[in-house]
Amino acid sequence: MMLKGRAFKFGDNISTDHITPGRLAHLRSNLPELAKHVLEDADPNFASRVKAGDFIVAGNNFGLGSSREHAPLVIKMAGVSAILAKSVARIFFRNAINLGLPVLICDTDNIDDGDELEVDLEAGTVKDLTKGNQFTFGKLPEVMLNILDEGGLIPYIQKYGDFKL
Amino acid sequence: MGKTLAEKILSQKSRSDARSGDIVIAQIDLVFAQDTTGPLTVKQFQACGFKRLANPDKSILFLDHAAPSPERGVSNDHLLLRQFAQQTGCLIHDVGDGICHQIVAESLAKPGDVIVGADSHTVTAGGLGAFATGMGSSDVAIAFGLGKTWFRVPESIKVALSGNPPDGVGAKDLILHLIGTIGADGATYKALEFGGDGADNMNMPQRFTIANMAVEAGAKVGLFAADGTTQDYLNSQGRGNHYQPLVADGDASYEKTINIDLAAVEPTVAKPHNVDNTALARELKGIKIQQVFIGTCTNGRLEDIAIAAKMLKGKRRHPETRLIVAPASPQVLLAAMRAGYIQTLVEAGAIILPPGCGACLGLHQGVLGDGESCLSTANRNFKGRMGNPEAFIYLSSPATAAATAITGEITDPREVF
Repeated sequence: MMLKGRAFKFGDNISTDHITPGRLAHLRSNLPELAKHVLEDADPNFASRVKAGDFIVAGNNFGLGSSREHAPLVIKMAGVSAILAKSVARIFFRNAINLGLPVLICDTDNIDDGDELEVDLEAGTVKDLTKGNQFTFGKLPEVMLNILDEGGLIPYIQKYGDFKL
Repeated sequence: MGKTLAEKILSQKSRSDARSGDIVIAQIDLVFAQDTTGPLTVKQFQACGFKRLANPDKSILFLDHAAPSPERGVSNDHLLLRQFAQQTGCLIHDVGDGICHQIVAESLAKPGDVIVGADSHTVTAGGLGAFATGMGSSDVAIAFGLGKTWFRVPESIKVALSGNPPDGVGAKDLILHLIGTIGADGATYKALEFGGDGADNMNMPQRFTIANMAVEAGAKVGLFAADGTTQDYLNSQGRGNHYQPLVADGDASYEKTINIDLAAVEPTVAKPHNVDNTALARELKGIKIQQVFIGTCTNGRLEDIAIAAKMLKGKRRHPETRLIVAPASPQVLLAAMRAGYIQTLVEAGAIILPPGCGACLGLHQGVLGDGESCLSTANRNFKGRMGNPEAFIYLSSPATAAATAITGEITDPREVF
């Protein structure tokens, strides 16, 4: 699948509290309202600027902290098509894949905020159309690829009824 | 080749020869969610079409993060979870029953268990030798429905502890020191396995404190062997029959070994806004603190409250520093009352919160004002964590927190003894 959109650049150690803070936990059963605050504590303008198809491009250890699946969920609800990061925290990584949100591990140093990107999920390549660069990202483990292919863990289990390794 | 603790537990629960890097499907001994992750777990469980839990007596909901509820939306989430428990027959610990990880440690976790919880600090039970790890709502929903989940068997990093910490230095200082050394992603996807005579000498509350913060280095689990200390603890909780010895093989393979001499560790503080942004408490002297918070799944146990009570006995908190204490469970609260600690703390000017997560996650019971600084015994100090992105959170041991409550500024506890 080909994905195309703009890069929204973030630094290292963007925590789940940056993405969807605990003070908004009372909105977790009101997801459209919760999603209006996505990444508010890292970039207050992100929610109003992001468009369907855009990318989050981050440094190291994106999504550290809480197990709250609401973090990748509000990012997905904002229309983000994939997260590109140098590294991603463990629980967030698995949660994102479980929601069908691709997480691509690659060197993001040369991508700047606002760059137009094109991602080929099958080929494992990212093209920075603004700069004319192209680079590759690491392959997911097979079990995660299978979950992602079904659009997430819930559709995967709906289809197979169990884990098929 | 021998096995690490992680490989041993996952081998047994997957009935395979599990080695680091393998993907296995393991049976789950305990699966839980709490009040901020539970409603989405219920939604995903229902979306899968599950009608019943694989093991109702091994499935639990905890209402601890906002307990009692501060607000209508949370109250309705609590209603939804109570209804789910009624419909499915799962266990439920309602408002006031304490923090999920403390209840799991006191009453439920066994050495060799595989435990998954929709809360990142599920790792706490690693102090008992349980492979306990946090997952999101979808994974926990599937574990509720199928009684199993998949794992990548983690590589292990051995943390070899030697000697004894000096007076005024506790388990919290050690784990902050370690995270400051290896970084907030220093153990991502790995198991941290604590060993050596320094680990053998630690009591269970200290082991829980350390295992609890393994996730702050990115680790999947923080594991201690199950030994005589574990057995004594389980006996004291009236469940000696849950004990089985569990040690790593002598020839197990570790990605690396980190050696720490406990005698060289000093009171350590994590500065805003990352847990690995550490400094020594004595280097931060002069930083004014408006709120001290003692509690949470990291340091809300009886031994933590005892340290604070002993330091604050006959003293008062600084007039410009609020002191909030939240016992982790009713068992802790009752024991602290019997020992006179609660009276001592109230006389020193402390506010006592009901057992639960309290001020840690920023929803209620101690939200910070703009520009305020809090010294907390919790495990996270991310921007916005305690309800206000314009506030500053420092993390420390209970001893440093008590010393700071007295002086009103970050203070090495050895100055107050």
